Amino acid sequence: MASIANEEGRRGALPALAWKIVKILASVALTFLGLLLVTFMIGRVVPVDPVLAVVGDRASQSVYNRVFIELGLDKPLYEQFWIYLQKILSGDLGVSFLTKKPIIEDIARVFPATLELATVGILIGTILGIPLGVLAAVRQGRFTDQVVRVVGLIGYSAPIFWLGLLALLVFYARLHWVAGPGRIDISYEYSITSRTGLMLWDAAMQGQWDAFRNAFSHIILPASLLGYYSLAYISRMTRSFMLAELAQEYVITARVKGVAEWRIIWVHALRNAAVPLVTVVALSYAGLLEGSVLTETVFAWPGLGQYLTNSLQNSDMNAVLGGTLVIGAIFVGLNLLSDLLYTLLDPRVRRR
Amino acid sequence: MKHLPRLVGAALVASLGLFAPVARAATPPDTLIQAWAIDDIISLDPAEVFEFTASELLGNAYQGLIGYDVKDVSDIFGVIAEKWDISADGMTYTFTIREGMKFASGNPITASDAVFSLRRAVKLDKSPAFILTQFGFTADNVDAMIRQTGPMTFEYQVDKPYAPTLVLYCLTSTVGFIVDEKLAMEHEANGDFGYDWLKTNYAGSGAFTIREWRANEVVVLERNDNYSGPAPEMARVIYRHIPEPATQRLLLEQGDIDIARNVSADSIDALAANSDLAVDSGVKGSIYYLGLNQKNPILAIPEVRQAMKYLVDYATIADTIMKGRVVVHEAFLPLGFLGALEDNPFALNVEKAKELLTAAGYPNGFKVTMDTRNTDEITAIGTAIQQTFALAGIELELIPGDGGQTLTKYRARNHDIYIGRWGPDYQDPHTNADTFARNPDNSDDAASKPLAWRNAWDIPEMTAMADAAVLEADAGKRAQMYLDLQAEHQQTSPFVIMFQEIEVMARRANVQGFVVGPSFNDNSFKAVTK
Repeated sequence: MASIANEEGRRGALPALAWKIVKILASVALTFLGLLLVTFMIGRVVPVDPVLAVVGDRASQSVYNRVFIELGLDKPLYEQFWIYLQKILSGDLGVSFLTKKPIIEDIARVFPATLELATVGILIGTILGIPLGVLAAVRQGRFTDQVVRVVGLIGYSAPIFWLGLLALLVFYARLHWVAGPGRIDISYEYSITSRTGLMLWDAAMQGQWDAFRNAFSHIILPASLLGYYSLAYISRMTRSFMLAELAQEYVITARVKGVAEWRIIWVHALRNAAVPLVTVVALSYAGLLEGSVLTETVFAWPGLGQYLTNSLQNSDMNAVLGGTLVIGAIFVGLNLLSDLLYTLLDPRVRRR
Repeated sequence: MKHLPRLVGAALVASLGLFAPVARAATPPDTLIQAWAIDDIISLDPAEVFEFTASELLGNAYQGLIGYDVKDVSDIFGVIAEKWDISADGMTYTFTIREGMKFASGNPITASDAVFSLRRAVKLDKSPAFILTQFGFTADNVDAMIRQTGPMTFEYQVDKPYAPTLVLYCLTSTVGFIVDEKLAMEHEANGDFGYDWLKTNYAGSGAFTIREWRANEVVVLERNDNYSGPAPEMARVIYRHIPEPATQRLLLEQGDIDIARNVSADSIDALAANSDLAVDSGVKGSIYYLGLNQKNPILAIPEVRQAMKYLVDYATIADTIMKGRVVVHEAFLPLGFLGALEDNPFALNVEKAKELLTAAGYPNGFKVTMDTRNTDEITAIGTAIQQTFALAGIELELIPGDGGQTLTKYRARNHDIYIGRWGPDYQDPHTNADTFARNPDNSDDAASKPLAWRNAWDIPEMTAMADAAVLEADAGKRAQMYLDLQAEHQQTSPFVIMFQEIEVMARRANVQGFVVGPSFNDNSFKAVTK
């Protein structure tokens, strides 16, 4: 009897789980479809002739006409989109007009550079941003709080392009603390075999510590800059979440019980503030993974941001759509991940 | 509570500790490292290359049949070709290939490679193919017109008795460079003559081989040990994609690169004042001009066109915002070309312009727009022109856009005024006469759309003059024909030709021997020493 009841119970649970998965998949698919449609339309209403990017300004009219047809531009818009969708579903993102390589290959080349930069950036932003936010909350209204808020405000509002050039001038050109723009010195460029495209990772895995140090001294400045940018946001959010938590009754109770103040702040309050913070950090990370065009330009970082901007300016729509898909996937993925972390961190969500 | 500041302090110190000072290393002695915005490269195939950066790469990595002296372009000499003869009717060129030359692959260079390369460029029919097909070659007839006559000889037959220098100069452009037939055909797929492979690979015989191109990142060239000329001192030449001029300058000042290729006009003086650095420049063939669309009835009035030529402050622009980057030049043939007109009859003269506008029926000026590419330089020139136009009451509205946008509009003849930059395609005067002074068909669906067409300037007589100049074999007479053409063009055309470009680069003082030639495939780093 017991086993039958179990069977029934499982049968009842399975459709519910399957239904949930179907719902998630459907919303993801719809998100992607919408994303592609909007990007595709934007690409087509931009008053730029995509044929020009391929043939240049001097080509004869016959060359122009041939390429126009090769790119499928003679077909109606909905047909072009349908053909594109069919290709995507069969796993083919197409070929870039500009680099003449499959989009998949291009993105596999540029994305690790952005991933590496964004990851180091978000680590810096989180490791510094959360304690600063906590500090500001604890010292609310006092000098420390004001300093943290001003530092955050500058990080949030100063143009990153200007900040980047200034940082290069100070830390690279004057103080010589860090290496200049680019991912690694030419002399180390070929000493590591690229496996993942993540230079720090590859160098560490291959035990090339000199190359690791060099790559690190290249990444630290742009990553700190991106870190500073996300730090500004993370510390501000941490501060307000912490202020809300510190005003809760359980904090007063803990104080009455004589729990050490540091324990109240770092264990009790922060743990509760951590739940919404996960979303904040995940969104900041996703923002950095899109690739920061200006940071990548100033620091000559061959990442996704530069690739997408260049493609967009030249109406290389295959590349733009491919890049949009990747960014969309990152956002959806990180959103699902933070939902998952939510349930792990907050027992109330789990129970529901 | 009291732990907090200490914790945060520790975190800050830990993160600062990551910034350990970095040892500064100069660039390796056998490697030339250049910073340049190389995002214009879309192919490495000589049959397709038409962009600045890629042209320069090919100029150092491939060889043509013939070449010219960059200091005196009238001195044409053989490179892969040892000699050539022109038939009495002026239509058949017989080339003899030099003995004993090899491609980088080790394959010998023969007449078969030359014939293959030229036929290939015509049949692939990519953007620069017109430089060859203007002599009457088509995919169908090219096998009969370009024919091998011996192991080291071939004939190149054109359809009219063109001026020999025109035919020869066209063969010096990148589309005429000689490709390793055996190597390319090893990689052929679906009858593409190895095109798919050669877009990102190399099959040439120049001083350097192209080892790697990573789009928007780097190009690496290596010394070609099979090169027939003097061996370059540099074992490796690396182009790094550094889009931002300010970043290039920092890298150069620190010695992390040897040459910065994008130098902004406002930093030339500061760079030249630094004793570790030197600034080199060379006059390029590119022309800055305004195109006045004749579909706009006001701009079609001759007096209005003339007035606009008096409303640009040429000298001030060249001495301030474009200092060191341009020289004033008001004719369509750049200095250094056969028959280039050196007169600059126009200067800012508001009174004269007002008289002309009054005669045209617009004493108080009018409103007009100008499509302006959003680069620093073009925007700055556009703004300066806006101010001087206003002195005569012409209200100029600048419409900013990126290169693709403004060009798309220009090619559709939807602009009022377009501010543009035009570089010659090869070293012969016909290249610019063909676009500024020829418009065989002014209808909207014309087969050829030169700049005169884009500005809807219908000029059957001038077109005939330009066509006649192409067939004149006597260089002296031909030069005079172009001088006459430019003099008339200067006064009557809807083109306000303003400046000729100067290419500027900044280098470390120890880097010697980079040659800045008139066109990008003449820029040479074969003789660079450090």
